Amino acid sequence: MSYSDALPSLADVDLSVAKGEFVSIVGPSGCGKSTLLRLVAGLRTATSGQLTVDGDEPGRSQTRAAFVFQEPNLLPWRTVAGNVRLPLELDRTSEASNNASSKADSQALVERTIQLVGLSPEDAAKRPSELSGGMRMRVSLARALVTDPDIMLLDEPFAALDDILRQQLNEELQRLWWSKRWTGLFVTHNVSEAVFLSQRVLVMSRVPGTILKSVDVPFDFPRTPELRADPEFARLTGIVSGHLRSAANLAGGNIAGAEVSAAEGSA
Amino acid sequence: MPGASKSKLAQVLRAVAPPLILLVVLLSLWQFSVWWFDLKPFLVPSPVRVASAAVSTFGKLATATKVSAAAALSGFAASLIAGVVIAFFFSQSRLIRISCYPYAIFLQTVPIVAIAPLVINWFGSGFRSIVIITFVISLFPIITSTTTGMLTVDPELLDLFRLNRASRWQIWLKLRLPNAVPHLITGARTSSGLSVVGALVGEYFAGFGVNNYGLGFLIGRNTSQMRTDELFAAVIASTLLGITIFGAVSIVGAFILNRWYDAK
Repeated sequence: MSYSDALPSLADVDLSVAKGEFVSIVGPSGCGKSTLLRLVAGLRTATSGQLTVDGDEPGRSQTRAAFVFQEPNLLPWRTVAGNVRLPLELDRTSEASNNASSKADSQALVERTIQLVGLSPEDAAKRPSELSGGMRMRVSLARALVTDPDIMLLDEPFAALDDILRQQLNEELQRLWWSKRWTGLFVTHNVSEAVFLSQRVLVMSRVPGTILKSVDVPFDFPRTPELRADPEFARLTGIVSGHLRSAANLAGGNIAGAEVSAAEGSA
Repeated sequence: MPGASKSKLAQVLRAVAPPLILLVVLLSLWQFSVWWFDLKPFLVPSPVRVASAAVSTFGKLATATKVSAAAALSGFAASLIAGVVIAFFFSQSRLIRISCYPYAIFLQTVPIVAIAPLVINWFGSGFRSIVIITFVISLFPIITSTTTGMLTVDPELLDLFRLNRASRWQIWLKLRLPNAVPHLITGARTSSGLSVVGALVGEYFAGFGVNNYGLGFLIGRNTSQMRTDELFAAVIASTLLGITIFGAVSIVGAFILNRWYDAK
């Protein structure tokens, strides 16, 4: 699979994600992680290679994909509820039955989703400008979840948040995934976050943008915050970090011996 | 809290007092110069003379201001509506945009005094012509600002809309149009000022009627009849009209930005 349009290009990415699986992708900047997510979303098209979502072309299939960006990307002129409602408004298949009862249904769904992501009902009427960064990201999550997606594509959604907030949102995201079991593809720079959330962590390298390693994370769900203090958790983060370092060195041209020493150094 | 309101009053006073004091000084200087150099009233009337001319012709001035205001506001409103409609087409097709843009610039750069007589030839010496001239001069800033606002949409938001399979119309109505509103407000502020210029230039050429005329006509007549004091009064009325319309548009704009766009 290769891609060219001033965006990071991908080469020989061979990847399959099972239905209901949660997979994280880590890798150095510019390795094409975000491009991969956009290809799966059908927002970009690959120049060569094959990509199927539920056996169909991305964007064509009946599979509902939702995207969460690094920025909350809320519409400032809409309230919290208005932002969460947006995907329902845009869905023209349900707009055909835009009668009073379906409007009440979607109203209830919006309220439910807002509470699901840990916001209070009073927040529904607020404007994005009145919210903190963490709350805005919760709204962004709610906007993705409201469509009841089959696939959630998350592009470094918590990168701008402080560490404690990030951990809290990781726990909530994990809880949300565990209750609905959508397929999750999560791009991040943060190794601990990737290990905490995922069943599998993929390490990508830059030039060529490809998947270097796949690390299985065998911990049971639901996972609790205490997991982060587990020695096994530390060992796995160490392994992933090691792979990530060798991926970064690969990009810098310093290949020989990098993988071994980095893995030993941090494990 | 009386303390807080007192300090607020002091703040307002500090902002308003210096220009007011300067105004009084300048008016006194003006009054003094007219007396000292014995300037003829038809060349430079004294402030007192202008004030008395304004009072004695107040009815005439008020009617003329109302006529000009009606023309300016009608042209401005028409340019708002037409500008947004044109910006809609510009935002939908690059071909339309690059084909039409040179003519939009032509419309902007051709001096309004050059087209005004032509418009009057075509549409007659009346209110309609004045509104058309005002419309022409106000239109361009609305088109450019609104088109820019409709095109400078965050690419990730476009992705979000596309991912949810939004139609072109939905993208325009729910993303491009609201995104353009702050730009439109900036354009509207410029246009509101221009609309008064358009109305006055139009009236200057068209006149229309002995009993039903605007400030532009009044300025032209006072000039030719050497009624310089009344001319000054009409100029001041024009300025006040311009400030009022510009101020009203700015206030409405600021309200919209504060309410819906988290303006800092």
